[in-house]
Amino acid sequence: MKILGIEIILDKCTGCGLCVKVCPFAAVKILNKKAEIEANCTLCGSCLEVCKFDAIVIERPKLSDKNLSEYKNVWIFVEIRENELKKVSLELASKAREIADTLGEKVGAVILGEKAKHLCDEIAAYGVDIAYIVENKNLSEYNTSNYTGILTGLILKYKPNIVLFPATHLGRDLAPRVAASLEVGLTADCTGLSIKDGLLLQTRPAFGGNIMADIISPNVRPQMATTRPNVMKIQKPDHSRKAEIISIPIELDPKALKIIIKEVVKTTKAGVKSLDEADIIISGGRGMGSAENFKILEDLAKTINGVVGASRAAVDAGWRPRTNQVGQSGKTVSPKIYIACGISGKIQHQVGMKSSDTIIAINTDREAPIFDIADCGIIGDLNEIIPALNEELKKNLCKN
Amino acid sequence: MKLIACIKQVPDTTEVKVDPKTHTLIRDGVPSILNPYDQFAIEECVRIRDQIGDCSVSVLTMGPPQARSALMRCLALGADEAILISDKAFAGSDTWATAYTLSLAIKKIGFFDIVFCGQQAIDGDTAQVGPELAQQLGIPQVTYVEKIEIDNKNKLTINKQTEDGYQILEAKLPLLLTLLPPTSFQPEHPPMSSILKAKRKPFNIWDVETLGGDKSRFGLDGSFTQVIKTYTPPKRGECELIEDNPKEAAKKLSKILCKNEALTKR
Ligand SMILES: Cc1cc2nc3c(=O)[nH]c(=O)nc-3n(C[C@H](O)[C@H](O)[C@H](O)COP(=O)(O)OP(=O)(O)OC[C@H]3O[C@@H](n4cnc5c(N)ncnc54)[C@H](O)[C@@H]3O)c2cc1C
Ligand SMILES: Nc1ncnc2c1ncn2[C@@H]1O[C@H](COP(=O)(O)O)[C@@H](O)[C@H]1O
Repeated sequence: MKILGIEIILDKCTGCGLCVKVCPFAAVKILNKKAEIEANCTLCGSCLEVCKFDAIVIERPKLSDKNLSEYKNVWIFVEIRENELKKVSLELASKAREIADTLGEKVGAVILGEKAKHLCDEIAAYGVDIAYIVENKNLSEYNTSNYTGILTGLILKYKPNIVLFPATHLGRDLAPRVAASLEVGLTADCTGLSIKDGLLLQTRPAFGGNIMADIISPNVRPQMATTRPNVMKIQKPDHSRKAEIISIPIELDPKALKIIIKEVVKTTKAGVKSLDEADIIISGGRGMGSAENFKILEDLAKTINGVVGASRAAVDAGWRPRTNQVGQSGKTVSPKIYIACGISGKIQHQVGMKSSDTIIAINTDREAPIFDIADCGIIGDLNEIIPALNEELKKNLCKN
Repeated sequence: MKLIACIKQVPDTTEVKVDPKTHTLIRDGVPSILNPYDQFAIEECVRIRDQIGDCSVSVLTMGPPQARSALMRCLALGADEAILISDKAFAGSDTWATAYTLSLAIKKIGFFDIVFCGQQAIDGDTAQVGPELAQQLGIPQVTYVEKIEIDNKNKLTINKQTEDGYQILEAKLPLLLTLLPPTSFQPEHPPMSSILKAKRKPFNIWDVETLGGDKSRFGLDGSFTQVIKTYTPPKRGECELIEDNPKEAAKKLSKILCKNEALTKR
């Protein structure tokens, strides 16, 4: 039997029921020892992945110019952490609003979690018109296969024109999976998004920030991109805005998961923002001299509400945890202010912080490459300058 | 057991040139290296093979003929067999088309337990090929892998980096991993004896005909994303240098900082 482009090859199907377990939309039943697909199937493909007998075939309709225009609205995937919106979600909502206004379309937000309804009003304030809510206790921790199946299914059903994901650990795990499942393009780590000739123009750095590329995906829908945190501007919230809420019922069997989380370990202190979300980052390198000496950076961070980062040399020395590392093999950050203390600024470090708004460097060596990209450089000993700066700032900030 | 590693030869990102017409990279004349993430992936792969025994490592890349040298390096690092997927038809592949091509090659190999990728390649930094490949192979993935322990031949224990720490995961095979080298990782040059040994290991070249598959899905034609323009990013302004005694320097810097929105708007 063939519904909607999904077919069970009866000769191959053994009726094992694995597909029933993984279908988030409860659209598969076993009847007479064979799988049967119900009309509410979204073609999300979750079943395909688990079937050991290649007994399921999905053929999604091919796009023609005509049905490209059926795809409407700008969607965002809303990332939440500890039941709160991540800052990047507000950035995405603000950007999506701007794009949707240009196109004359609506903004949709997909929120997955154990409990998520309370976030709808909050995200609506940043321009969301429709919130698609998927609540289930098995969605409290991110899981690649569940999230992929649900998102793929929703996109196939509601046909958005554009879908934006955050370029976070989660987004970079999920978005390519969804893109491959839908057979659409995906532009990674965008720092600019706009509309040109009706298409999403995606701008991203490549080759270690040496070049910028403008990219379009003209022949497929949705047009998808991941967006670098801290780059898009957050619009002023309008708390009187309300979003239409669409709740999507799903069923998940945790037993179907092939990857199980055994333990979650946090190496950052509770209440401390992660580097990706910080407006101000004060990073220390080998020039700090010791783990203990990072206390002067912590003190300064307290004064100006910043977060402490590190170069690879400082992480290698064991002075800071790995989650602190900025650069090619660490994090890519774009804060409003980046203060590099005792960091030479080799290319691999620059790659991770070059797109910061304002870069300040403190270094004893006037030849240090960090000064090539800094807006303001102080030639001098950080051991003297940082504490003095902290005192100055304390004085001045109290005045305001 | 069978382990497969996907590797990429990348231009050294400090010396980049772009073709003004096609907006694709000119690879000739730019020094090419094995993507450092992939070198780590190969080293891990070899370590796991040696630990479990009765296991082989195949390394594959899709790339131009000169990508051979990156594969030779992987063989010298201990891989057992190399496959170069090379054909003019693959030119201009985006991440989807790359993953499609790699998935055909892996299906042609036929069986595997773990596919290893680097977390990202330093040229594009997309980190997309791994997950897209996993999806096309229909197997689970773990990204941002910091550590792997193989308990028995069926189960892995994995440390996955998160934004504020890490998770310990238990995973069944088969699956795909994208690996993040430890911060202290330095790509080592294999010794001469290994380089010589590598020359005697099996080396295959596969083209479009060998792979089969849907021809319209390869290379530029099969790519959904189109690069329409590349340009160098706007240059940052001049650096304002302050050279003064610490007190004065701190005063000056404090003044500059206090004007910044990030401080005034708290
Ligand atoms: C594949 C690969 C990936 C890499 N990934 C990363 C990455 O992700 N992140 C990263 O940071 N690096 C990375 N690196 C390493 C990078 O190339 C540099 O080695 C590293 O960034 C150097 O760290 P540093 O600037 O702290 O140390 P150094 O280069 O040793 O610089 C220390 C600086 O401190 C200054 N200094 C010393 N004392 C004082 C003082 N009292 N007051 C003021 N200044 C002082 C010195 O003048 C010097 O400029 C990578 C390298 C490779 C090969
Ligand atoms: N052309 C290719 N051939 C083989 N493997 C590749 C290729 N491109 C990317 N990969 C793999 O995918 C990883 C991520 O690459 P990227 O998505 O380009 O950042 C790399 O570290 C490789 O393991």
